[in-house]
Amino acid sequence: MGIAETYTRGRQFAIARPGSVLLTLVGAVLLFDLLSGLATGQHSFSNVGSLVWDGLMRGLVVGLAGIGLSMTYSILNFANFAHGDYITAGAFSGWAATYLIAGIGRADVGALLLVGAGGSVFGGTLGIGVTGTPIAVLAGILTAGIVTIGLALFIDRTAFRPIRDADGITLLITSIGVAFALRYLMQFVFDSSVRGTTSQPPAFPLYLVDGAVRVNAHDIALVVVAGSLMLAVHLLLQLTKLGKAMRAMADNEDLAQITGIPTERVVRAVWVIGGGLTGVAGYMFILWKGTLGFNDGWLLLLLIFAAVILGGIGSIYGAIVGGLAIGLTASLSVIWIPSAFTRAAAFAVMIVILLVKPEGIFSGRTTA
Amino acid sequence: MSVREDLADRVPGGDAGFIVAVLLGVYAAYVLAGVALGYSIRGQLNSVAVLTFYIGVFAMLALALNLHWGYTGLFNIGIVGFMAVGIYVMALVSKPPAGTGAAQIGGLGLPLVVGIVAGMAAAALLGALVALPALRLRADYLAIVTIAMSEIVRFTFLSGTLEEFQLFGQQVGFGGGSGVILNFTDPMEAFFRFFGLWDSYLGIVTAFEVIIPNNPKPVVDGLVYGVVLLGFVAVLYWLLKRTGESPFGRVLKAIREDEDVANSLGKDTNRFKIKAFMLGCALMGLVGILWLMTSGSVTPNFFRPRVTFFVWIALIIGGSGSNTGSVLGGAVFAALLFQGPRYVKNLVDTVIPNADAPSSFGPAVAPLFSNFDPSPLFFYTIDSIRQLQLVFMGLVLIWLMHNRPEGMLGHRKETAAGIPLTSSRAKGTAHADGGERGGTDE
Amino acid sequence: MSDTDATNAETVGSIPDDAVATSSGSDGSSSRLDLGSGGPDVAEQYPLQVEGLRKTFGGITAVDDASFRVEQGSLTGLIGPNGAGKSTTFNLITGMLQPDSGTVTFDGEDITGRKPHAIANKGLVRTFQIARELQDMTVLENLMLAPKGQQGETLWRSVTPGFRDDVIEQEEELLERVWNVLEFFDIDHIAEEYAGNLSGGQRKLLEMARALLTDPDMLLLDEPFAGVNPSLEKRLLEHIHELREQGYTFLLVEHDMDLIMENCERVIVLHQGRVLTEGSPEEIQANEEVIEAYLGGNV
Repeated sequence: MGIAETYTRGRQFAIARPGSVLLTLVGAVLLFDLLSGLATGQHSFSNVGSLVWDGLMRGLVVGLAGIGLSMTYSILNFANFAHGDYITAGAFSGWAATYLIAGIGRADVGALLLVGAGGSVFGGTLGIGVTGTPIAVLAGILTAGIVTIGLALFIDRTAFRPIRDADGITLLITSIGVAFALRYLMQFVFDSSVRGTTSQPPAFPLYLVDGAVRVNAHDIALVVVAGSLMLAVHLLLQLTKLGKAMRAMADNEDLAQITGIPTERVVRAVWVIGGGLTGVAGYMFILWKGTLGFNDGWLLLLLIFAAVILGGIGSIYGAIVGGLAIGLTASLSVIWIPSAFTRAAAFAVMIVILLVKPEGIFSGRTTA
Repeated sequence: MSVREDLADRVPGGDAGFIVAVLLGVYAAYVLAGVALGYSIRGQLNSVAVLTFYIGVFAMLALALNLHWGYTGLFNIGIVGFMAVGIYVMALVSKPPAGTGAAQIGGLGLPLVVGIVAGMAAAALLGALVALPALRLRADYLAIVTIAMSEIVRFTFLSGTLEEFQLFGQQVGFGGGSGVILNFTDPMEAFFRFFGLWDSYLGIVTAFEVIIPNNPKPVVDGLVYGVVLLGFVAVLYWLLKRTGESPFGRVLKAIREDEDVANSLGKDTNRFKIKAFMLGCALMGLVGILWLMTSGSVTPNFFRPRVTFFVWIALIIGGSGSNTGSVLGGAVFAALLFQGPRYVKNLVDTVIPNADAPSSFGPAVAPLFSNFDPSPLFFYTIDSIRQLQLVFMGLVLIWLMHNRPEGMLGHRKETAAGIPLTSSRAKGTAHADGGERGGTDE
Repeated sequence: MSDTDATNAETVGSIPDDAVATSSGSDGSSSRLDLGSGGPDVAEQYPLQVEGLRKTFGGITAVDDASFRVEQGSLTGLIGPNGAGKSTTFNLITGMLQPDSGTVTFDGEDITGRKPHAIANKGLVRTFQIARELQDMTVLENLMLAPKGQQGETLWRSVTPGFRDDVIEQEEELLERVWNVLEFFDIDHIAEEYAGNLSGGQRKLLEMARALLTDPDMLLLDEPFAGVNPSLEKRLLEHIHELREQGYTFLLVEHDMDLIMENCERVIVLHQGRVLTEGSPEEIQANEEVIEAYLGGNV
C-alpha cells in the first residue's frame, strides 16, 4: 500500500466521482473561509456558535421526523409526501391538548381545542412552556404521538393498504392526494393563521470566546426528548425480534415473506413507530420555535427528504445524521448567502447529494 | 374499449370532435345553471369567460405534463417553477424601462413577443439545468428534485436580493415578496394592433353595448382572451400530437417503457429525454405567461406547489399518455373540480345571502352543539370552499389511484408513428422483396 | 500473415511475436496469440475481440481477465455454469456496464466503455435474457422503433410541415421493411397486438426481430431459448441458421449444453469469470477441465 497505489486509487475515485471531489472541495473552501473568518474576527465565535446551536436543534427535529419517513420509504418502497402533514397533525393535536390543560377554566374550551383559532386564545397569555406548564407540555407530547399513530394507521388502512402491491409512483401520487386532503382539512378546522404558542422560555448564556450562545429551556427539552427517542429506536431495532424483522423487510420484502415474518404486522409496527416519532417531532418543533401554522409540516418535509436521502434511505442513523447535516446547512448558510436563501441552500444541498451520491452516505446499512 | 372510446367513434371529427362535444356540454351545464338562477347576461358571459380561461390553461398544462410523464415517464412535480420563470422573465424583458413608467421597478422595454419567447427559453433552460444531471435518477428522486427546484424558484423570487438589479444598463428586478406590476401594453391590444385589427375590435366591443349596456369591454376582453387561449390549446394539441405520432414520440414511449431497451437499439435516450423535458418546460413557461400576463401583477406566492398538484389531477383524470385525454382532463378538472365549487359558492351566495358567516371553525360548530343549529357551520363551509375543494381534490386523486389509475376516461391508444400502424396498410404497401436481409436503407 | 505481423508490430511497438506469446503465458498454438491488437484482416475475420476483461462488484470478481474472439459469420456459443460471468460479460461488451480493465474491440475499433447506444449503432446489438418487450406498445410500434437513421427522430423534422412529409415517406418504407421481418419470423398475425399480451415465445421472436431491424452486423443473444417450448425453439434455431447463412454473426449465451453442441461451430467456456477454454464442440466435449468444472456428473 504505497503512495503510488493511494494516488492511483485517489485518481480513480476522482475520475469515477467527479461530483464528490468537487463537493469536497467546495466544502473545504467554505470551511477554510469560516475558519479564517473566525481567526481574523470577521465572524464572531459566539455568532457562529449560535448558528451551530440553532442548526443542531433544527437538525434534531428533522432527524426525528426523518426516521419515520426513512422507515416507510425503505419498507413500503415509496416516498410519502403526506409525511409533512403528519407532522402538522401531530403538532395541532398535541398543542390542542397542551392548550386545554394549561388554559382550562381560563378560556373557552372550543377556543383551546382549536389552538386559539382566529386569535381567540394566545399561548403566551396562558404562560405555556416546559418550565411554566410542564404537565401540559408532557400531555401534549403524548397526545401528539398517539394521535399521529392513529392517523398514520387510519391513512394506511384507507389510502395505502388497498394498493399495497402497486408500484412506488402510484403510491407516491396517492400520498400527494393524502397530503393535500389533510393539509387543507386542518386549515379548514384550525384556520390559516400562524399563532404564537409559547411564552418566553427561561434561557441561560453559554460563554464562547467573544460572547454568549443563548440556550433556552425548550432547546434542552428538545435535546432530551429527541435524544431519548432516538436511543429507544436504536435499542428497539437492535434488540427485539420486531426490529430484526423490520431490517429484513427493508432489505428484501419477498425474502421476509418467504421466511415467515408477518409483513402486515411489521408494516403496522412501522407506522406506529414512524407515526409516533413524527407526531412528537411535530410537537417539539412547535415548542422549540414557538409558532404554529398549517403549512409548517409541508415546509419541513422537503428538508426531511433532503436529510433522509443524504443519510441513505432506510438507515435510521443516516436519517439522524442527515437531519443534523441539513439543519446545520440551513443555519450556517447565512454566513455566506442572504438569509432568504437558507431553505434554498438546504434544497440545493439535497439536489447535489442526489446527483453525486444518490445512495446516501450511510448506504448499504439499511434500517440499522 | 371503454365507453368513452365508443363515444369518440360516434362523434364526427374523431378525437377533436369529442373534445369539442365535451366542452359544449360543460358550457351548456354552466349556462343552464346560470339561467335557472336568473343571472344577468353580463354575469353569464363573465362566468363563461372565466371557465374558458381555466379550461384553456389547465388543458395546456396537462398537455405539457403529458409530454413529460405520459410519453417519456419523467416525473416532474415542479411544473409551477417553470411557469414562474416563464412569466417573471417575460415581465423582466417586456416591462417598460424604469425611467419612463411609474415608480415601479423597470424592465427592458422590449416587445411582448420577445418577452414571451424569452420566458419560454428561460423555462426551457431551467429545464435543461435540472434535466442534464437529474435525468438518470429514479422517478421518485426526480420528483423530489423538481419540487425542490420549484420551491427554490419561489424563494428566489421572494428574496430581497433580486428585488432590483442592473441588467444591460437598465434598473430591473423581480420585486421580492410584493411582486411585479405587469405594466406593459395590454396583451390584447398588442395582439390586435399587430394584425391592424384594434379599431375593428373596439367596434365589436361597442356593438356589445346592445346586450351589456354599461362598460362591456372587460367582459368582451375576457371572452376574447378565452378564445385566444383555446386557440393556443389547439396549437399545442396539434404540436404534441405530431410529436407523439412520430419516430421521436416512439422513442419517448420506448424510454417510458424500458430505457435499457431503447438504448440497446441504438437510441441516445438522454438526448431524447432532455429534448422532451425542455420542450415541456418551455410550454409550461408559456402557460405561466398566458395565465398571468393579463392579471396586472405577479407575486411569488402564486406559485405554490398546489398548482402543480392541480395539473397532475387534470392529467390523471384524462389518462396520462394521451393528448386527447390531457385536454379533456384539463377541461373536466377546470369545470368540475376547480371552477365548479366556486361557482356553487356563488350560486349559494346569490340564493341565501350570508353576511354573517362565522370567521373560524369554533364559532361555526359551537351552535351545532349548543342548540342544534347547523347553519353557521354551513355558511362557514361555503365560505371556506377554496380550502375544502383542495381536500376534495386530494380525495379524488386517492380515489383515482385506487380505481382508475389509467384515467377517468379510460386507456387510450395513440399510435406512436407518422402513419397508422395496421397490418392491412403494411400488406398493401409490401412488395415482392420479402425475406431478404430486411433491407439496408439508412 | 505478413500484413497482420506488420500491424502487430506497429501497434504493440517493437515487441516481436514471440514475446507477446510469452507474456500472455501461452504457447504459439493457442488462439490467444493473435488476440488484442488486430489489423484489418484480423478485424475482418474476427469482428469481436475481447481482451483481458475484468469486472468486480464490491470485492467479488464477476469477470476475471476474460479474453476471446468471435469469428465473422459464425454461430459461437458462450457457456458456463451459473455465476460464471456470462451475463456480466455481455453487459460489459454492450456498454451496459463499465469494465474495470480490459478492452473490447469491434470491427477493428476499440469500443470499451462506450455508451450502449453508440455500440448498438456500430452494429453490435444484443437481446436480453428475460425478453424485454415494450409492453404498452404494439408489436408494430416495437419493431418500427428499431431501424437506424430515422429522420423523424429529430423533433423539428417530425413537427415542421413540409419536412414531415419526408418523415411520413420514410415511415412507409420502414413499415414495409418491418412487415418483411414480421413475415420472416411468422408473427405477422399478431402485428397489432400489444407486446404485453404476447406469450413468452412470441416475445422472444419479437425481441430478435427488433434486434434484426437495427440492421446489425453481430447479434448477442442472451439465453434466447430460456422458457421457450421445443417447437418454437426449433423455429428460432432455424431462423438463426438462416440468418447466419445471410452473413450475420451470432454470439449466443446458453444453458442447454446439447443445444450449443449441436448448433454452434465454436464454443467458449467461461468458468469463474475466466475463459476456461475455447474450441469446436468436439474439443469442448473432450476437454477434461470443462467436464470437471461445468458438466460435473452430467456427461
